[in-house]
Amino acid sequence: MRALRIDRKLTRFAAARVASAFGAGRGAVLGPLRLVDVTAPSLPSADWFPVTPIRSGICGSDLASVDGRSSLYFEDIVSFPFILGHEIVGEMVADGIGADGEPLLAGQRVVVQPVLGCAARGLELCPACRAGDVGRCGCLTHGHLSPGLQTGFCRDTGGGWSEGPLVAHASQLFAVPDDLSDDDAVTVEPMACAIHAALRAQAGADDTVAIIGAGTLGLGVLAALRFLADTGRSPSPRRLMIGARYSVQRQMASAFGADDVVEPRHLDRAVRSATSSLIVGRPTGRSGVLSGGSDITIDCVGSAESIAEALRITRPGGRVVLVGMPAKASLDLAALWHREIELVGAYAYGTETVAGESESTFHLALEMAGTVGTGRLVSASYTLDRYEEALAHAGSAGSRGAIKIVFDVRPKRAVSQRED
Amino acid sequence: MWKGEGFGLVKLPPGSRVVYAPEPFEALEDPEGAIRHALEHPTGDSDPLSARLTPGMRLTICFDDISLPLPPMEAPDIRQMIIEAVLDAAAAAGVDDVVLIAALALHRRMTEPELRHALGHRVYDAFAPHGLLLQHDAEDPSNLIHLGMTKHGEDVEINKRAAESDLLIYVNINLVAMDGGHKSVATGLASYKSLRHHHNPETMTHSKSFMDAPASELHTANWRMGRLIRDAGVKIFQIETTLNTDTFPGNFQFLQKREWEWTWKDRATFMAASKALDAAPPKMARQVLHSIKAPHAMRSVYAGEVEAVHELITADVWAQQGVAVEGQTDIVTMGLPYISPYNVNSILNPILVACLGLGYFFNLYRGKPVVREGGVAILFHPTRPEFHPGHHPSYIDFFEQVLTQTTDPVVMHQQFEEAFATDPWYIHLYKTGHAYHGVHPFYMWYWCSHAMKHLGRVIIVGGDPATVRRMGFHPASTLDDALEMAKDVVGPDPTLTHLHTPPLLLADVT
Repeated sequence: MRALRIDRKLTRFAAARVASAFGAGRGAVLGPLRLVDVTAPSLPSADWFPVTPIRSGICGSDLASVDGRSSLYFEDIVSFPFILGHEIVGEMVADGIGADGEPLLAGQRVVVQPVLGCAARGLELCPACRAGDVGRCGCLTHGHLSPGLQTGFCRDTGGGWSEGPLVAHASQLFAVPDDLSDDDAVTVEPMACAIHAALRAQAGADDTVAIIGAGTLGLGVLAALRFLADTGRSPSPRRLMIGARYSVQRQMASAFGADDVVEPRHLDRAVRSATSSLIVGRPTGRSGVLSGGSDITIDCVGSAESIAEALRITRPGGRVVLVGMPAKASLDLAALWHREIELVGAYAYGTETVAGESESTFHLALEMAGTVGTGRLVSASYTLDRYEEALAHAGSAGSRGAIKIVFDVRPKRAVSQRED
Repeated sequence: MWKGEGFGLVKLPPGSRVVYAPEPFEALEDPEGAIRHALEHPTGDSDPLSARLTPGMRLTICFDDISLPLPPMEAPDIRQMIIEAVLDAAAAAGVDDVVLIAALALHRRMTEPELRHALGHRVYDAFAPHGLLLQHDAEDPSNLIHLGMTKHGEDVEINKRAAESDLLIYVNINLVAMDGGHKSVATGLASYKSLRHHHNPETMTHSKSFMDAPASELHTANWRMGRLIRDAGVKIFQIETTLNTDTFPGNFQFLQKREWEWTWKDRATFMAASKALDAAPPKMARQVLHSIKAPHAMRSVYAGEVEAVHELITADVWAQQGVAVEGQTDIVTMGLPYISPYNVNSILNPILVACLGLGYFFNLYRGKPVVREGGVAILFHPTRPEFHPGHHPSYIDFFEQVLTQTTDPVVMHQQFEEAFATDPWYIHLYKTGHAYHGVHPFYMWYWCSHAMKHLGRVIIVGGDPATVRRMGFHPASTLDDALEMAKDVVGPDPTLTHLHTPPLLLADVT
């Protein structure tokens, strides 16, 4: 079967970094990613099951891998070579069991919760996994699997960017309701991230929430905040603001319930207006710190600039939630210290406590995908043959009027049947 | 044709009509003498100034701010000449409690160089160091007084020091016909609470035009308030002045001539100046143009009772600037210069571009607009999304937060105005910096209400497309393109009239 695999070749990583200077995703041309024939991964144990991907999304962390720009932090928690793709909707190859212990039938659609925690690794559950917080599992290099924080970064599991099966542990499998489209389903994983981030924000009814970044994650967090409020699971923030550069992002942000959709460069001024704050110092409008600011700022970009902006526009004592995957960054943390701002990371998912009830983030995401119709975020799909185009498209999605780019990896026979 | 920080020649279609400003009237030979005569021979029901000045009285002299005249005039400024004469009279009468107040309304505070230019060094140095030269603060409740409400339910709240003085002298520069009269005190010294009653879409839409007092709801509202101020016991001695239309100095005089009257020197100067300005970065071109001081000369001065003075002065303004225009046109073209009342020493940002074209130039008429209802206005200006962050902070947010949602003055009045008007940062910058009040961009947009309702389309030639579209207008790259676009609205073979201003003109349209 064919798959898009990343090999550990330092020269190719270096070339990818150079190529990516011309745009995110351009590292696909010269970098470590190759479309290769591989054999399907074997099942690590009896509670693992083969899943044939149908669709698999392209995420910012995937682009960072392709471009050789991932943080060195991840060096020890991935294992080469690995097949990318962790946003996956697929079909069970054979009968199996899902995360809730329910039976899954061959041919049934599932989404894969990709974190490879203790259960998947055949380990006794660590405290985090025991609490259901699989995203916080610290045993990502142990057990009967090679290191890998998620499916799509581990050499033993395969990944979503393949035309043949990957393998998934029962704890990773969630049945997809029949009325959920493939596009909705392929967004379940990023929406689970978004829900987790929204809950990490702990937004109250009086809070002004500012979101930096209006890609899949930013829009997802926005939709999640509204979804959680609309379903009575958390308070509805007083005001939801988002900086969105491109018209497709602005339209989607409005559709997802933002109160204010502004140009990213104007978000600081919009937050100032909304919170009746002053800009400290001269009225330059750009570099000034706000006297007050948003109660919560959710950074869905993860760059030094976006974190610095978040610190500028968040009120003293407020909270910054870091959702976008950061890398090595150089920034001035004086505002964080002086304004006693809480900086909170938000990675992945697990079990959430909402309105006093424990719920799996993936179950919440499945419900949200159907309710909100997050499949609208999917702008284009490509076959694996066209991976260079797909990654270039994903790397410049906003400017090309797109949000989420996915691979359509259905076997050709299945494609023709569906199109018939 | 002006196009912001530059100008050029534009070939109008055959048969186009160009309305030029009248030739400047001769200046008064002895302006100081005319001022002294006006002060001692008042108009209307008023004693001479010397008879109204007594030892121990509280005297407040208010004056028009940086927004007048345009461009700022060569020294000595008309305000300096008048205030020096008034102060001489006050000194002769033994009046020693004198305060000067710049009547800012919601405009930005003037800088020291601007005050020195308007008042002269002698007056500035005599008052400013002692805290006796003030700038009206519409956001200082302790120095505002509510005098009552008109029968129309309008709050009248003005500067307390001015209202409680034994005599309030107001020094006007009546650059256009809407300046002066009761508007001086009722607007220039008012608070937002008071101004909002007439600076709103309803009033602006029903002011046809601002220059035609009987047809101006803005004028009517100010008159109601002014009479309430008078009836509340505020003693006002009004001084109003007119200037001639001598607008550009020396080498730039060709800008106020008819092109066919240009000499070879004018042509050469035009070529050099237009090329140099086109080549210069906008910031540099602005600096050059804002350094221009107009050779405006005083044409007339009257003093005394507000309404009587204003009636005479308005007639003089019309005499200088009035141009008989027969019949309306399908298309009106206007070249917008670098300056408007609200960007002296600053940037003509997109909202001010709209206001200058549709709020001011469109309204330079009496009778009926130069352009017919449903017609097209074609403006020339680069309309870059540039703002002065210190002078126009709320304009930046208005452009990003309001104009992205609506261009309808009524909707923005209902949904956005109050938040901007009460925003603490804008108030802070208005009170302590040199910023226009937070509500000011709304007022600029409201000034356009009548034009926007009247016109079928507004096209800006050379304007930044995204900026122009955000304001609800249409961008065009050339006049030919604009004319093609206009034909969709007014049909083939339209009539076209070009308003060749500045210098200022008032079209008397029959």
